Amino acid sequence: MSRYRKILKTAFASLLLIALVSFSNNVLAADGEALYKANCASCHKPDEDGTGPMLKGSRKREPNPEWAYKWVNNTTAMVETDPYAKALKAKYNNVIMSKFDLPKEDIKAILDWADAYTPPPPPGGGGAAGAPAEDNSLLFGILTLILALVALILLQVNSSLRKLSDEKDGVLRAEPVPFYKNKVYLMTGVIALFCFGGYKTINAAIGLGRMKNYQPQQPIYYSHKVHAGTNQINCLYCHSGAQDSKYSNIPSVNVCMNCHKAVKEYKGVDVLVREDGTPVNGTAEIQKLYSYAGWNPVTRTYDKPGTPIEWVKIHNLPDHVYFNHSQHIKVGKQNCQTCHGPIQEMGEVKQFSDLSMGWCINCHRESKVDFYNKETGEGNKFYSIYEKFHNDIKNGKMDSVTVEKIGGTECQKCHY
Amino acid sequence: MNGFKIEFAYQHIIKNMEKKYWQSFGELNQSGSFQQKAENEFQEQLLPLEDLDDKGLLDAKSPRRDFLKYLGFSTAAATLAASCEMPVRKVVPYLQKPESLVPGVANYYASTYVSEGDVIPVIVKQRDGRPIKIEGNEKSTITNGGTSASVQASVLDLYDVTRLRYPTQQDGKEFKEIPTFDILDKTIVEKLAALSGKPVVLLTSTLNSPSTAQIISEFLGKYPGSRHVQYDAISYSGMLLANEACYGKRAIPSYHFDNAKVIVSLAADFLGTWLSPVEFANQYSKNRKVSAEKPEMSQHIQFESSLSLTGSNADDRFTHKPSEKGAVAAALLNALNGTAATFTDKKLNEGIKLAAEKLKVAAGNALVVSGSNDVNQQIIVNAINEAIGANGKTINWAVTSNYRQGIDTDFNTLVNDMNSGAVGAVLIYGANPAYTYYDSKKFTDGLKKVPLSISFNASMDETTEFCKYSTPANNWLESWGDAEAKTGYYSLIQPTINPLFKTRAFQTALLKWAGNAMDYETYFKDFWTKKLGTAEAYYQALQVGVIEPSIPIAAAGATFSNAKLAEAVTKVTAVKGSEYEVVIYQKVGMGSGSQANNPWLQELPDPITKVTWDNYAMISPALAKTILGIDVLGSQRDGDRYEVTPEKPVITINANGKEISLPALIIPGVHPNVIAVALGYGRQSSDPEKTRDYIGQSANKAGANAYPLVSFDGTSFRYSAVQNVKITKSDKEAYALAQTQVHGSSENRPVIYETSLARFVADPKQVLAEATHEREMLTEASNGEDFRKDATIYPDFVKPGAKWGMNIDLNTCTGCSACVVACTAENNVAVVGKTQVIRAHEMHWLRIDRYFTGDISNPDVVFQPMMCQHCDNAPCENVCPVAATNHSSEGLNQMTYNRCIGTRYCANNCPFKVRRFNWLDYNGSDSFEDNQNPLLGIDLDDVTTQMNDELTRMVLNPDVTVRSRGVIEKCSFCVQRLQENKLIAKKAEDPSLIRNVKTACMQACPTHAISFGNVNDKESDVYKIRNIEQKHRTFYVLEQLHVLPNVSYLAKVKNTGRHVTNEKEEEGGGNVEKKAGKNADKAHG
Repeated sequence: MSRYRKILKTAFASLLLIALVSFSNNVLAADGEALYKANCASCHKPDEDGTGPMLKGSRKREPNPEWAYKWVNNTTAMVETDPYAKALKAKYNNVIMSKFDLPKEDIKAILDWADAYTPPPPPGGGGAAGAPAEDNSLLFGILTLILALVALILLQVNSSLRKLSDEKDGVLRAEPVPFYKNKVYLMTGVIALFCFGGYKTINAAIGLGRMKNYQPQQPIYYSHKVHAGTNQINCLYCHSGAQDSKYSNIPSVNVCMNCHKAVKEYKGVDVLVREDGTPVNGTAEIQKLYSYAGWNPVTRTYDKPGTPIEWVKIHNLPDHVYFNHSQHIKVGKQNCQTCHGPIQEMGEVKQFSDLSMGWCINCHRESKVDFYNKETGEGNKFYSIYEKFHNDIKNGKMDSVTVEKIGGTECQKCHY
Repeated sequence: MNGFKIEFAYQHIIKNMEKKYWQSFGELNQSGSFQQKAENEFQEQLLPLEDLDDKGLLDAKSPRRDFLKYLGFSTAAATLAASCEMPVRKVVPYLQKPESLVPGVANYYASTYVSEGDVIPVIVKQRDGRPIKIEGNEKSTITNGGTSASVQASVLDLYDVTRLRYPTQQDGKEFKEIPTFDILDKTIVEKLAALSGKPVVLLTSTLNSPSTAQIISEFLGKYPGSRHVQYDAISYSGMLLANEACYGKRAIPSYHFDNAKVIVSLAADFLGTWLSPVEFANQYSKNRKVSAEKPEMSQHIQFESSLSLTGSNADDRFTHKPSEKGAVAAALLNALNGTAATFTDKKLNEGIKLAAEKLKVAAGNALVVSGSNDVNQQIIVNAINEAIGANGKTINWAVTSNYRQGIDTDFNTLVNDMNSGAVGAVLIYGANPAYTYYDSKKFTDGLKKVPLSISFNASMDETTEFCKYSTPANNWLESWGDAEAKTGYYSLIQPTINPLFKTRAFQTALLKWAGNAMDYETYFKDFWTKKLGTAEAYYQALQVGVIEPSIPIAAAGATFSNAKLAEAVTKVTAVKGSEYEVVIYQKVGMGSGSQANNPWLQELPDPITKVTWDNYAMISPALAKTILGIDVLGSQRDGDRYEVTPEKPVITINANGKEISLPALIIPGVHPNVIAVALGYGRQSSDPEKTRDYIGQSANKAGANAYPLVSFDGTSFRYSAVQNVKITKSDKEAYALAQTQVHGSSENRPVIYETSLARFVADPKQVLAEATHEREMLTEASNGEDFRKDATIYPDFVKPGAKWGMNIDLNTCTGCSACVVACTAENNVAVVGKTQVIRAHEMHWLRIDRYFTGDISNPDVVFQPMMCQHCDNAPCENVCPVAATNHSSEGLNQMTYNRCIGTRYCANNCPFKVRRFNWLDYNGSDSFEDNQNPLLGIDLDDVTTQMNDELTRMVLNPDVTVRSRGVIEKCSFCVQRLQENKLIAKKAEDPSLIRNVKTACMQACPTHAISFGNVNDKESDVYKIRNIEQKHRTFYVLEQLHVLPNVSYLAKVKNTGRHVTNEKEEEGGGNVEKKAGKNADKAHG
């Protein structure tokens, strides 16, 4: 036995090593990708020129491999002196890259990731792998109906047979009431209808004013799929308020123009269609943005007064609810998608959740806070004031702290 | 068995309880109607049913039909509301978002509140581009972050609908818009040039802005012979002239109440309205914080004719007639030299003796101030301060203050000049003499004769109406500016919003008209950049808000000359009085009346009288007996008749040749021969019908104007009438006063603990001995050990994280009411209007209860801020049928408006009476517009629906829900601030940051009487105060009910040799209480 155990041990150790190595590789690559998304994605693409040049192979194109590291931290000064930088500036419509305070290893991670980048396979070609799970409820419904019918027939047969046998035995019986006049049947029907109707009415009443799947037409067809999905622009680049404010903030027009001064027409792979199937001309939508901004793409100047865009608000909370984005993004470390759904796959945005109180409360009951561990120092130090929970965890009375435990389901967490 | 024991313990306590603190005469006498009224707290019929006739619901004529009607309406309404489509809402982002602005996050800017010479450095909270709240600037060593009610309310003035919106020119009868400022400038410059040598007069209230002073001198240089006249609505010219006579300086020194061990005030309301009340209250409070470790406090003796806020805080208080004011000062001076006073009033003589003794003992650490505007009286006060060694110690001449600079004779000369046609042009800024000058007609007549008159005032006030041009200046929140409150102590103003209307800075106008093309913003920046050296220093100063000497200037005296003293003494002692005398004073909220159109201030109950929306003739019970025949103390029937209905009998006052009719308000503590009348009310346009549109709906019909009663003695204005005063009972119909006095009664349960300093020093535990004894008895009766857990059948819930608690020091609370207005501003508390206040519908979450105690003719006063106590065993929570009010794990008594169905059981069950019910949709927050019409068919005041206006609504705090009709609301401990602060602490991962949390009331308080924090945190102020620093004084109101409040109070300590009410009676003391007790017995028998 001991022999096998040793072999097993070795095998396990090697497996662990392999796993670790591959995992750490993943971490590096993921780091590069994350850094790219946070800092570069709004202007650069890994494998094609956007507002700025593509990142893949940039170190080979540039005068020397170290050039990129100097450039990122010092764009404004270098663009005046460095010939290669001057050339880039001329090529990219005189747009100068903003300065980023990134350490060299971060830049290296981004560029390494870009060099190794391969575009993902186009969607749809994957075949059956992504097929939706089958919905069996129809089948069950039909089965139930058939069974109910069989039961009814059997009942009828039973009563007919009994009648026959009674006739045979010479027992006199009253003419049976037809089932549609049978009070038991009728009453059962009425009660069933009442319950069903009541259930429906109450549900409808509760749902009044809830706007799940609300997808109004916006003044500009802005596709999150193109921006956040395909082009991988970080949500917080535009919705910067989400980490500081109660509002996530619809970006102001100047934020759009940061990129769209350079991106004048839509040449993306995604086909733009509205929910009803009408195709959308992406370039025409960019032109709409220009007219709002008062931007003249030919002369490259703001030559008209701009007008703010009146977007239709999709996610509406009643006035008596206080919701703070930064609480959820920064402290709760939630993803945007938790509430807004697969936003990176939506053309025009629709409301994903019903934003009902029950929905909020459920999440608060289940979500765990980043509780402070006094021994290891991990977690949010704010929670060190919850002495009791700390002791309970230590004594094994509880294993984690949910939002509910720290008052997340109390009225005045959200209503004041 | 336990139940019986506890019951017995309660019986015992109630038996031992003696009524010692009272709010009204009914409460003092325990009259039948008082009790009835106290029980019927809502003072409403239950249902608006027709023909109920006491026959019960079923026997009434049409209850069924009515019931069906209401049922039908509510069903239909609900269906209608429910089936409505959700409205499409737009979200409109900026075109270019300003870098410093994150929508939804408030920005804070340092600025300065300036008004009529007052200077309060503030921090303005600006949310999404609009200022919504004012806080004190803690960087200022003058105010230390304190504010007053008027500062707190001033943010609403910005959104006043009566503000003038563009420059106009009067064209015979109408005001016509001047399309551009260029046209205006051209016309004015032409007209100024055509004056042919006649002087231009700048008429302003006190201006203490150094940059403006420079601009004014440039302007005056351009128009030779012209002059600048400063005119203060409430004059301090007597003091300025007296100081000139004694010290050779026409200035006001800095006072240091914090260095004074003994303070004697001769009718100076320095905690309420005198000179710089925020500064003085802050200084004063430093010596009033007393603990077992530091058993020291200042002694404050007040001599006055009426009952002022300062007088109500005094340790010892003596009354005299206004005509004796000078004589009292002279007697005090003599008493310092050992000569006893010889007034007929023996108590007054004793008081002067006491004051003189204490002043002598204090040896320089003492201060005497006088509220008189008479030069001679102020000269005597200067001599007293010289004699006690205050000059250079508590009176600092090295730093003089610039709050008031107006000299009354200057203004009088101007009025005469205007009438004689000797003035070419008058430019009026921040002054409203047509209202505040005693001879208004003479002023307006003169004004009409001036060829060019221009008003810079913000609204079409009494003066602007008569000006040929109106070019409204910016509100202070829209302005650049500076103020030099005291020599070397600067404070800067920066705008926190773009001008809402076509208005322009007063200084820009002067610059343009003086031929300087620069606007004030640039001028101001240049001025300060030059003064501070660099642009960086300028921006730094703007950010901090105040510029102060890095090392505080050492206090220094000035050489005193007693040349005029003998003459002054002769003059003041020669003053003859009459049977009745009138005192003209300012109310803490309303002041001079410049903010009369501010509904927050109008609805703020006066701390002494608890009256809103009006002024009145304040008289003593003794005088009421003589002139009205109402004996509120002796006859229960009289007292009830007077007190239970809001309608008060009207009296006519004849003084200084003027007549005024006012409702009589009986307040103990007023001198028996004195009638006190407040200024600041009775604002009226020349055509009374237009007052509402010109001056505003809040000022319209609020009270009567008392300025005509002011007189001019040749040197200064006199704010009293001492000779030939006639008082008659008027035939006019009784006038309703909206008094909040008895709206929240504790029904005889003891709520105040008080002791004298000497006894506190001897045994600190004694003050709460009774409460401690009760607690022990209750604990014992319940066979328990832990009072908190064992004295109740309810479970004790843990508060695992923060547990919020508040502590209020009754010793430093002066009753100034800044907190009440701060709460209103922070929490979108509705203004309900006079009619609704009369029906006890006021919405204030925080009220200041005023209790009288002791000697009925000269009572002591205790102020007790009362708000939701956030009881851990809250009686309100148990009775709510829908759990709309419940308890949080942080100790908050939560109120959920959208769950509340309006049964009001909670308000009924609240022993503190702090829950307020929304009888109407005050904020226009309901879906049904009809909800703003009262069901009961009464007329609403205009102001009740003020928040319907889009401009006024801008003041609302977007983080606090506006409540709809039919729900209860109450103090939330500013939960929005708690949540915000917790979020900041969570983001920074630093729990200590929640120690920064401040409730609105706490932040507004000039004396820092309120502390707030996490009681579970042993480092928090509240924990330290309750358990370490002040454990001998900490008590909870109505502790014996075991509701476990989260608000604690510190017992009041009076530095007096007298017997203080709540102490156990000693031999000889407490006669008065015995008498009151007898009365109470009579009432029960």
